[in-house]
Amino acid sequence: MIESSASPVLTKKDFVSDQQVKWCPGCGDYSILAALQTVLPKLGIPKEKFAIISGIGCSSRFPYYMDTYGFHTIHGRATAIATGTKLANPDLQVWVITGDGDGLSIGGNHMLHVLRRNVDLKIILFNNEIYGLTKGQFSPTSPMGLKTKTSPMGNVDRPLTPVSVALAAGAGFVARSVDNDVKHLTSVMEAAAKFKGSAFIEVLQNCVIFNDGAHNDFYGSLSRKDKVLYLENGKPLTYGANSEKGLVHKGFAIDCVDIDDANRGQVLTHDTSEETGTLAWTLSQFDYPERPVPVGIFRSVERPAFHELVDGQIADARKARGNGDLDRLLKAGVTWTVD
Amino acid sequence: MSDPNSQTILGPDGRKDAIELHSVTIRFAGDSGDGMQLTGTQFTDEAAFVGNDLATLPDYPSEIRAPAGTVAGVSAFQLHFSSQDIKTPGDDVDVLVAMNAAALKVNLRDLHDGGIVLVDNDGFGEKDLEKAGYAANPLEDGSLKKYRLIRADITELTVRAVEPAGVTAKNAGRCKNFFTLGMMYWLYGRSPDNTVEWIRKKFGKKPDIAQANEAAVIAGYNYAETAELFETTYVVPKAPLTKGTYKRISGNEATALGFVAASVRAKKPLFQGSYPITPATDILNELAALKHFGVRTFQAEDEIAGACSAIGAAFAGNLAITTTSGPGLCLKSEAMNLAVMAELPLVVVNVQRGGPSTGMPTKTEQSDLLQALFGRNGDSPMPVIAAKTPSDCFWAAMEACKVAVEYMTPVVLLTDGYIANGAEPFRIPEIEDLPTIEVVHADDPSTFKPYLRNAKGARPWAVPGTPGLEHRIGGLEKSSPSGAVSHDPENHQKMTLERQEKVASIQTHVGPTRIDGCHEGDLLVISWGGTYGAVSTAVDRLLAEGKKVGHVHLRWINPLPNDLEQVMDRFKQVLVPELNVGQLKLYLTGKFGRKMHGLGKVMGKPFKINELVKHMNVLLETKA
Ligand SMILES: Cc1ncc(C[n+]2csc(CCOP(=O)(O)OP(=O)(O)O)c2C)c(N)n1
Ligand code: SF4
Ligand SMILES: [Mg+2]
Repeated sequence: MIESSASPVLTKKDFVSDQQVKWCPGCGDYSILAALQTVLPKLGIPKEKFAIISGIGCSSRFPYYMDTYGFHTIHGRATAIATGTKLANPDLQVWVITGDGDGLSIGGNHMLHVLRRNVDLKIILFNNEIYGLTKGQFSPTSPMGLKTKTSPMGNVDRPLTPVSVALAAGAGFVARSVDNDVKHLTSVMEAAAKFKGSAFIEVLQNCVIFNDGAHNDFYGSLSRKDKVLYLENGKPLTYGANSEKGLVHKGFAIDCVDIDDANRGQVLTHDTSEETGTLAWTLSQFDYPERPVPVGIFRSVERPAFHELVDGQIADARKARGNGDLDRLLKAGVTWTVD
Repeated sequence: MSDPNSQTILGPDGRKDAIELHSVTIRFAGDSGDGMQLTGTQFTDEAAFVGNDLATLPDYPSEIRAPAGTVAGVSAFQLHFSSQDIKTPGDDVDVLVAMNAAALKVNLRDLHDGGIVLVDNDGFGEKDLEKAGYAANPLEDGSLKKYRLIRADITELTVRAVEPAGVTAKNAGRCKNFFTLGMMYWLYGRSPDNTVEWIRKKFGKKPDIAQANEAAVIAGYNYAETAELFETTYVVPKAPLTKGTYKRISGNEATALGFVAASVRAKKPLFQGSYPITPATDILNELAALKHFGVRTFQAEDEIAGACSAIGAAFAGNLAITTTSGPGLCLKSEAMNLAVMAELPLVVVNVQRGGPSTGMPTKTEQSDLLQALFGRNGDSPMPVIAAKTPSDCFWAAMEACKVAVEYMTPVVLLTDGYIANGAEPFRIPEIEDLPTIEVVHADDPSTFKPYLRNAKGARPWAVPGTPGLEHRIGGLEKSSPSGAVSHDPENHQKMTLERQEKVASIQTHVGPTRIDGCHEGDLLVISWGGTYGAVSTAVDRLLAEGKKVGHVHLRWINPLPNDLEQVMDRFKQVLVPELNVGQLKLYLTGKFGRKMHGLGKVMGKPFKINELVKHMNVLLETKA
């Protein structure tokens, strides 16, 4: 749908707005901003055709820092607002910026519905496992036991796994990345941008002030090797400094094993379009320390996007009935004349 | 009948003497499976063909699957047709058609003394009486003495009449509504021909059903004549309506049509984001069927998403609307405020129903006025317009769109269950007679500033996709005119006042107060919304009696016409009748610090003309 016109070559600078960025020093949001500012100019889409729509939260300040069309809306509703924007002008590439509270607590309902409808939105959910903007309350992704201002004795809510939620809702493109792995993050964003349909990216993001170190177990480049499972389509599902560990079937489940000569042949291969969705689902349920944390693209399966279906019906209706004629519509039905 | 000034004339076709009447109100009542709405609309169409003025009001049961034969399952359709200009579906009923005991029980209270009650004996069996909660058969215990009771074995006669069509026994019985319709056609000297033609078209694919229904309507007509059930027939001559082509339209249909017309006039695609809710759903149904106009209807997951998607569409340059009823308006309020702050055009339709909470979904009320005006956090001015009749919904919808896009503001359009479901003749306008709607999109990067206001106080509408105008909007306060986020105290005060002034300046569009009746005198009646028909008819009656009464019907409630206070000053007393416990009155009192009388009614029903006349007379006599 989106044409790349002969507009001048864009650079990162073109996407930096004149507004001072006001996140806390050290906040993970900075690198996510930088990553998107790197990705957008590479897509061959004129700058005016991007719309970035956010809810409310630290993360949702994002649009102010991008020199594109932007809409900082209300808490939890960015997905619903973006649905209207995309339907009204399918020619736009619409990005949604949301947080774990914004997208999965107050906006959880809308999140389910945009994903099931396959609205062509690129959704980035900043998961810092905390409400940042309101200064540190537990969120729907906070682990049980987390002590926050509103859970002084520890959180008793069982957390949601964003990637699992997105898969369950039927999202076509589901991925996870980490704020401090810029290379990985940009590659996932690029793939999402090129995907037609709902693309959901969870970014594990560090809130230095209210939940510092939430993702520490696999944050550093060293620990990553051991504790993170990089998902690459068509590649074996292995991890560890020397790829010495791998995933194999164990009954209906998947087991993590030390690879040896006997089981090497059984190591599973990642398939983002695996038909049943079982692989993506099972991987989405992996959690540290029992299992490595998968990052990368869990699933990528295209089907007709919502706006295509909506516009398809409009085209069909016009084919069948002609372009609407107001005069005829006004005079349609049983009429009578007084003279 | 209710007309004290009747005149007997000779009926057509050598028929018996017919009595000429000015107007008649009939209510067809039966079980929700009895086809009363269909019967009523058929009679209505015939009245329209004859040239009567008319107004109709359906009364659906609130429970979809209420047990057959019970009072909860009664469905009714009321029709007022006249040789004069009429504005309401009628106060009291002249003729009540009751297909079963429950229908009689629910509706009898609205039949005036001496009125005709036509019943189907077959709907008054022991079981029917029991289900309706009758201890004794009202047809036989003398309790209907006040009325002219006409009894017929309608079901049995129908079954016999449709026998040749060879339909099943069950389907045969279901034709009884057409039999009844035939009887009523005879009573009012109307021909069944158009209905027969309609039946043939409608049931063309099921010839046996078509034949049965046709047989039933003819049999009913002939039976009424030969059985001499009625003492006489009646004639209601055609009304002196303004020249033109008409069609019958309900308020919801008119609202939907008005939005399509606005979209055509504004040359902007229409986007509707809505969630189903009684009595607003029909607007969504209507527009969903008009995709060939480029209309995008989005059935959202809730009212919040409905409003939000519309805001998103407005951001992208569509003519955006969201439609709902009371509880849905509650859910939309945060989004409406976003539209206030972002200054995006949006029309929010609230088809009011009985509240609070779920209240009385199928019953009418005007109790969301203060919510529409003030039900949001912050100083949040929003223009509010209210439609006054079913056909006026068309014009009000267009006007709401015009103001929304020309002033870059959300607008609330209030209708109510009564005018939404009620119907009346709509004089079909020519396209060139429709209001123009001026849409200007910003496109010049050298002059563009997101909050640089024009002469109307509107900020520019710059839509994504326009090169060089990339900018950010949102719910946070913005500085004027740059659009950057601002917490500056002076700026907030300035922006708050600018938003207020912009909405106040819509007064230019609203124009001066329109007064009907006396322009000064003893009593000024100020009404709004769907009570227009009853209030203006009541005022007309008092004027005919020589009373010094004036009537102002407010179309825009925010902003008000700027001379309203002076108009009030010219009257000794002011009365504000409304279907709530005093919301417009509170608003006007607050604005003008002036004493006025309120008249409230919250019974889920519209005002009756008589009760208004009575109340106004009491005020006129006491001369406060
Ligand atoms: C209707 C509404 N309720 C509550 C708030 C207060 N609020 C603002 S942001 C927020 C939570 C933000 O958490 P998250 O979405 O995780 O974003 P983060 O700040 O962590 O990036 C809350 C509760 C609000 N702005 N609006
Ligand atoms: S509070 Fe946390 S999430 Fe918010 S800006 Fe600061 S570090 Fe980032
Ligand atoms: Mg958060």
